Amino acid sequence: MPIQYYIALAVTLFSIGVVGVLIRRNAIIVFMCIELMLNAANLLLVAFSKTHPATSVAPLAGIDGQLFVFFVMVVAAAEVSVGLAIIVMLYRNTHSVDVDFLNRLKN
Amino acid sequence: MNLAYLVPLFPLVGFLINGLFRKQLSKQAVTLVGCGALLASFIVSLVLFCDVKTGGAATRAYFDFINVADFKIPFAFQVDQLTALFLLIITGVGFLIHVYSSAYMHEETSDHFARYFAYLNLFVFSMLLLVMGANFLIMFIGWEGVGLCSYLLIGYWFKNNQFNYAARKAFVMNRIGDLGFLVALFWILARAGTLTYSELFTPAMLAKFSQADITAITLLLFVGATGKSAQIPLYTWLPDAMAGPTPVSALIHAATMVTAGIYMIARSHLLYSLAPFTNQIIAIIGVATAVFAASIALKQNDIKKVLAYSTVSQLGYMFLGLGVGAYGGAVFHVMTHAFFKALLFLGAGSVIHAMGGQQDSRYMGGLKKYMPVTHITFLLACLAIAGVPPFSGFFSKDEILAAAYASSPVLYYFGVLGALFTAFYMFRIYAMTFLGDFRGTHDQEHHLHESPKAMTIPLSILAVLAVVAGFVGIPALFAPHAHLLENFLAPVFSDLPEHAEHLSHGTEWMLMGVTTILVIVSIVWAWKKFSSYQLDASEPSGIGKVLANKWYVDEIYDAVIAKPLLKFSGFLKNIIDKRVIDGIVNGTGRFVQYTSRQLRLVQSGQVGGYILMMVLSLVVLFVAFWNQAYILRFIHWIFK
Amino acid sequence: MIVLLILIPVVAGVLSFFVKNGKAARSLALAGSLLTFLVALLLVITSKGTVTLEKEWLPQIGSNFSLSMDGMAKMLCLLNAVALPLILSSTIREKYSDKGNFFGLLLLTQAGMMGVFLAADVLLFYFFWELALIPIYFLCSQYGGDRKIQATFKFFIYTFLGSLFLLIGIIYLYLKTPDHSFALSSFYHLQLTGTEQNIGFWLFFVAFAIKMPVFPLHTWQPDAYEQAPSAGTMILSAVMVKMGIYATIRYVLPIFPAATLSFNHIIIIFSVIGLLYASFIAIRQDDLKRLIAYSSIAHIGLMCAAVFSLQQVGLQGVLVQMFNHGVNVLGLWIVATAIEQQTGTRKLSEMGGLAMKAPVLAILFMVMTLANVSLPLTNSFIGEFLMFNGLFRYNVWAGAVACISIILVAIYSLWAMQKMFYGEVSSFTQNAVEAPKNTQYALIVITIVIIILGVYPAPLLDLTRDTVQAVLHVK
Repeated sequence: MPIQYYIALAVTLFSIGVVGVLIRRNAIIVFMCIELMLNAANLLLVAFSKTHPATSVAPLAGIDGQLFVFFVMVVAAAEVSVGLAIIVMLYRNTHSVDVDFLNRLKN
Repeated sequence: MNLAYLVPLFPLVGFLINGLFRKQLSKQAVTLVGCGALLASFIVSLVLFCDVKTGGAATRAYFDFINVADFKIPFAFQVDQLTALFLLIITGVGFLIHVYSSAYMHEETSDHFARYFAYLNLFVFSMLLLVMGANFLIMFIGWEGVGLCSYLLIGYWFKNNQFNYAARKAFVMNRIGDLGFLVALFWILARAGTLTYSELFTPAMLAKFSQADITAITLLLFVGATGKSAQIPLYTWLPDAMAGPTPVSALIHAATMVTAGIYMIARSHLLYSLAPFTNQIIAIIGVATAVFAASIALKQNDIKKVLAYSTVSQLGYMFLGLGVGAYGGAVFHVMTHAFFKALLFLGAGSVIHAMGGQQDSRYMGGLKKYMPVTHITFLLACLAIAGVPPFSGFFSKDEILAAAYASSPVLYYFGVLGALFTAFYMFRIYAMTFLGDFRGTHDQEHHLHESPKAMTIPLSILAVLAVVAGFVGIPALFAPHAHLLENFLAPVFSDLPEHAEHLSHGTEWMLMGVTTILVIVSIVWAWKKFSSYQLDASEPSGIGKVLANKWYVDEIYDAVIAKPLLKFSGFLKNIIDKRVIDGIVNGTGRFVQYTSRQLRLVQSGQVGGYILMMVLSLVVLFVAFWNQAYILRFIHWIFK
Repeated sequence: MIVLLILIPVVAGVLSFFVKNGKAARSLALAGSLLTFLVALLLVITSKGTVTLEKEWLPQIGSNFSLSMDGMAKMLCLLNAVALPLILSSTIREKYSDKGNFFGLLLLTQAGMMGVFLAADVLLFYFFWELALIPIYFLCSQYGGDRKIQATFKFFIYTFLGSLFLLIGIIYLYLKTPDHSFALSSFYHLQLTGTEQNIGFWLFFVAFAIKMPVFPLHTWQPDAYEQAPSAGTMILSAVMVKMGIYATIRYVLPIFPAATLSFNHIIIIFSVIGLLYASFIAIRQDDLKRLIAYSSIAHIGLMCAAVFSLQQVGLQGVLVQMFNHGVNVLGLWIVATAIEQQTGTRKLSEMGGLAMKAPVLAILFMVMTLANVSLPLTNSFIGEFLMFNGLFRYNVWAGAVACISIILVAIYSLWAMQKMFYGEVSSFTQNAVEAPKNTQYALIVITIVIIILGVYPAPLLDLTRDTVQAVLHVK
């Protein structure tokens, strides 16, 4: 499959993620949208690494892209655990998961 | 000459003793120190005088005052005939004034009494430095020093703000003159690299100066002289200087300070002989001052004010003499003027003392019978200043007027006009004070008395001098080679070019006769008019009013110079400094604060807003750097 | 030996922070400053020529701890060392909340200024320059008057801006040195193009001009002088403003000769304008402290103009005047402080008749005033005479116009004298008495210095001659 399809899919996913982050006020949905953006990036990384296969001249080419994906997934997992913990604490304190409500740091 | 340093040293020591121990010393001790210092100086001056009479000029350097790369100015004294003459006048008349002061100031408390004598001694010290200095810088030290002392003495009664104002005016006016003097010194230094008279006043050195240099330098020096010697336009401080105690006026007006300008120009006569333009200016300013000040004196009633304007006017004559090249005549007039003007002031002081501080002659009259010594001596002084033969003023004034005629008859005519005024106002004030009936209060009349011995003896000595001093300068007309003063000063002025035009004897007789007759007529007129003066408190009108108000010069200066200057200062202070400069500085600060206040609004705390901003920025960046080459170039530029 | 000049104040200052007892702190500070003074005096008297010291400091970037003491440095170190004991002894009665910190800051300032005058390494110079400034900020902001924060902030922003320019300039030149060294000698031997000189000149000079200050960068000074605690004001105006002139002579003239030659006209114009401008403003000042501040600005303006006249006489005059002005202005501040303590006001219009209440103070202030007017036979005459002379040689009109200031200075100085000491006693002055003895002693010392150096200025002239010749490259 040509690389353009992957790119189009990734851009679409990413855009959905961005728009979701911007317009949704529910913290959990925002969170999911962030995940969506991360995975769009992951998709791109894997796709690019597949289009540049290893050769005898460069035996490790393409590997680093896939390695990055693992890193991103690990970081995303960690982020999810911390982020969800924050949201749970938030809910306990404010009984709401509305992000617009969270402007206490102002001033 | 080895003793020369003693002359200024004695008054300095007197100043230090009286100044530092004024709380401890008794009045007698203060008098002893103050007068003793002057007497000692006078004796040393006499020795020096005899020295130079036989031996000629001598210079002595003590240490390097300023020693820098471009020039070296030693702290040195020079005593020649001119200096010796001035030394005698300063210390001699100064001594008499000190003695007189001891009685005049007796009512002061003892520490103020000591302060007064300390100032007097400092004054004499400064004046001695001025005339003894072997270069212009030492002269300048004395020059500023007398300015300071006049400030201190005029403001001696410092409680009175009017007096303080007069003192400050004297100092500032003098400073304006000093500015000219100082710039002239820089000019000389830049051209010649020396300020020492003996090195400077040589034909070879003067050849280094261009004509423009000489004219500028002489004019600037003359500006200094107008300040110190109270000539138009800087004369207004001198009449105000009457605020000080009367003996101080005598010291300022007769023996010291105001003659400094004359001395300075006589000292640099060689320079001035090369500057015909400046000489013209000096002669014109001199004669203008002589007539102008005399006209003001015509309508003054305050006895000291009359004398003050007469000093200004007489100084004008001296400058007239300098301007027309009669240096000897000018110095001669300095000498005779020192005697009769000191006498007049001390006599006026004696009157004021007797009248309990009253200075307005309208409220005097008939003092003749109460104060015989003061009366006689004052009369002699009036005759001398009016120029009646054979009193001293006649000889010196005549010498100047003759020289003025030789230079330009117009100068002579104005000079004679001034002489007529002088005779008139002197006898007007004499008649109002001593003749007629007493017009003061009964209380004052009751206390009228002749002054103590310490005051009348100096008066008598000065009276003798005022009468006979003229005989040291008998013109060649009467007896050839009898002009002792001219012969004495000859070595100083020998380097001058010979006068081209000599008046014929006939002309001289005629000039002398005309002046004398007019003066006597003027005296008689004044005597007649004022010998039975009746109190007239009405304001004068017409020209009389203008004269009584001194031609409104003070008011004009105030309106044209003082007020605008204050306004300008206020403008700089309140508008330029506070609004403009500080405004710009604070404005910068305020701009930063304003901007930050506006930018702060962006930090709303809404997470969505931040994210939106982030996304928008990313989009903008992507659009801007869509072409990869741009991005690469940007990165390259960052890490270059 | 030479390092003691910096070390003693630093040690005494740091110790002073830990002394909680006010009296002990004062004694410590006084002892430290006197010791410094003795060392400075000994160095000035005994040493001939230039004294140097070189130790490794930051070899990685080519900076050494190198000190050098030529005639100008000797004179200024002496001034710095003389000033502090006088300041301490005259302000000993002042009440401060935390004396230990106060004296510590003062001593650190002194140490910093010593370093500025002695440093022969540009980085070291910058280090001391800041070291001198930072304690004075704290002095002003913690112990000052009612508007202290505002005044200090202005002072801080101004001088910090200057320091920033200076730092940029130093780094700029450092990168140009072939061996990447901060040594003063390698800065002197820089071969700069015209543009590089111009850039460097302004980066350096702006910093020093703010410190002096030169019109129109002067507005921090009256506020700072007015609001700073009196000891701080004294050290600021007696010694610290000399840092600007010192640094101009030490750095700007030798490093940027071509730029100096092309910009000296404009700087002289500004300085002379500032001289007259400040004098005019002083005429209308009613606040004694601000009057002295503007008078100081005027005098500094003259010094700056004389520096850039690039004449031997002028420069010699500036060097002498730096010392003399320091001493005189110190005297003026001491009197001003004493008067404020006695009367509780600084307004000239509210005073009067003090000469009757405090005759000794009146005489001492008279001497200070006369020195300020630079009357002959006071110390400042000699400096002003030489400076005017230098300006006159540079340009007749510049000299003549600058000379007008001698009239203006007479007007405002005597005006202040009259308003405070003469006339009738006012309600503010009726309870005034003589200043305390320690103040009087400090003033008497200053009076003696004024008169001795006024009559016999040769020691100062001899001391600074080598610097003049070195700066202007004459034999």
